[in-house]
Amino acid sequence: MIARAQRSLLPLAIGVGTLALSIAIVEVLIRVGVVNRFIVPMPSQIAGAFERVILEEDIPHRFLVTAREAFWATMLLALVGVSIGVLLHRVKLLRDATETWVAAMASAPTVLMYPLFLVIFGRSERTIIMMGFVAGLPAVILKTIEGLSGTRRVLIDVGRSFKLSQTQLFWKIYFPAALPTIFVGLRLGMIFALINIVGVEFLINFGGLGQLINDLAERYDLPGTYAAICFVVLVSVIFFFLTDRIERWLRPAD
Amino acid sequence: MAETGRLTAPAAPAVSHVTLVRVAIIAAILLTWEAVAASGLLFRDVVPSLIVIGRALIELLTEAAYYWHLGVTAGEIGSALLIGGLAGLAVGIALGANPLLSRSFEAFLYYLGPTPKIIFFPVMIMWFGVGPGSKVAMGVLSCFFPVALSAAAGMRGIDKVLIRVGRSFRASTWQMVTKIYLPAMRMPILNGVRLGLGVAIIGTLLAETKLSNRGLGFLIINAYSTFNMPRMYALLIVLFVLSIGVNALIGRLGGVDSRRTR
Repeated sequence: MIARAQRSLLPLAIGVGTLALSIAIVEVLIRVGVVNRFIVPMPSQIAGAFERVILEEDIPHRFLVTAREAFWATMLLALVGVSIGVLLHRVKLLRDATETWVAAMASAPTVLMYPLFLVIFGRSERTIIMMGFVAGLPAVILKTIEGLSGTRRVLIDVGRSFKLSQTQLFWKIYFPAALPTIFVGLRLGMIFALINIVGVEFLINFGGLGQLINDLAERYDLPGTYAAICFVVLVSVIFFFLTDRIERWLRPAD
Repeated sequence: MAETGRLTAPAAPAVSHVTLVRVAIIAAILLTWEAVAASGLLFRDVVPSLIVIGRALIELLTEAAYYWHLGVTAGEIGSALLIGGLAGLAVGIALGANPLLSRSFEAFLYYLGPTPKIIFFPVMIMWFGVGPGSKVAMGVLSCFFPVALSAAAGMRGIDKVLIRVGRSFRASTWQMVTKIYLPAMRMPILNGVRLGLGVAIIGTLLAETKLSNRGLGFLIINAYSTFNMPRMYALLIVLFVLSIGVNALIGRLGGVDSRRTR
């Protein structure tokens, strides 16, 4: 058992150790002047800037602003994306006609429409929320269709044998069976939405965490910029980790 | 002996129902657009007439400068895909071939992959300057992760028999990579390249919209700054058609390849 624990801890130790060693090497290279400290600040300076950035730049408020934008984008995705997915699943002709379009939209660089959204919605949270929503929409639609179409035949037959109406069949059979896949779509949609939300905040210099990075970079506060980037990356990683765990928990055992 | 009639499939309609629905949807969208443009419900020029957009599109496509900017962007994206793709491939093969390395480092790639890359742009400007270098770097950063993760997954999916065959022939590492690994994992690699290209386009063009004086991203943000909405629509149409077209082309290559292997 101890050997197994050691085996499972070894990769973690190697990963974290390599990261720590890389940071130490960068610190040394900057201190001896091999790397220009006006381009790459010392990791110790970046670590020191964390507290300053969190306190002086009002990180909790900015975090809440980004979280609020992500929340509304997710609500829109759940409402509109899942509804369109259900509609396309129910009306086969419509699905055959438009599913390839939705798939094409998933590969299109929709985030580049942000100047257009700026014109339509102004430099406001609405632009950021709509950009997040548009980016996540194809994934939610496609996964909803996939989940509903993948409902096991035997479950549908059981529902029919109980003479369930179409509405009952949907709510009692299709929807619960498709829920894990729909959540996969929502998770993907949320990831795309969050990427776009932070990205557009940075690009239009408005909103929460993305704007903070832009602000600090424009002030040429190098340690602050790096610290803010590390903070956003950390928040993203925690978000992906948590949603990944929920998705695994929801996934059927088979 | 009883006569049996020849069974014939019912003749397919000249135009399928799916095509009719598609045409109807497109027609409805275009008509609604034109009606909104004519009604003046929205701010003037936010929804310009389709004729005006069409004219802007023709104007754009007959402009020599547009092709120069397109060339700049294509060069940046191509360089990014080459550098990021090769780096991703090398890292992916290394992770896929070694379980310890995979368990140690793949989680970093998995969780760092979906982070918003554009926030690294200020750093890239400091490292590579305000010219095309920082845009290529953004593209590299964007496409590295999907290619590396696809290559690692592809490497793990290689039939063990193929690897044993290579080893039994005492193939060198280079021979193993070129004769066994790469041919066996071309489909995951192609998928990774497809995903990588998509994000490289986004990374490069977003960087161009933020700080540049050349490229399609610059043209889009320039059209926004001068409130030239028909030109912006024309640029977005061209960009979407090009992105979806290239993506479909790589997908088609993958499809042809998979059919050939059956």
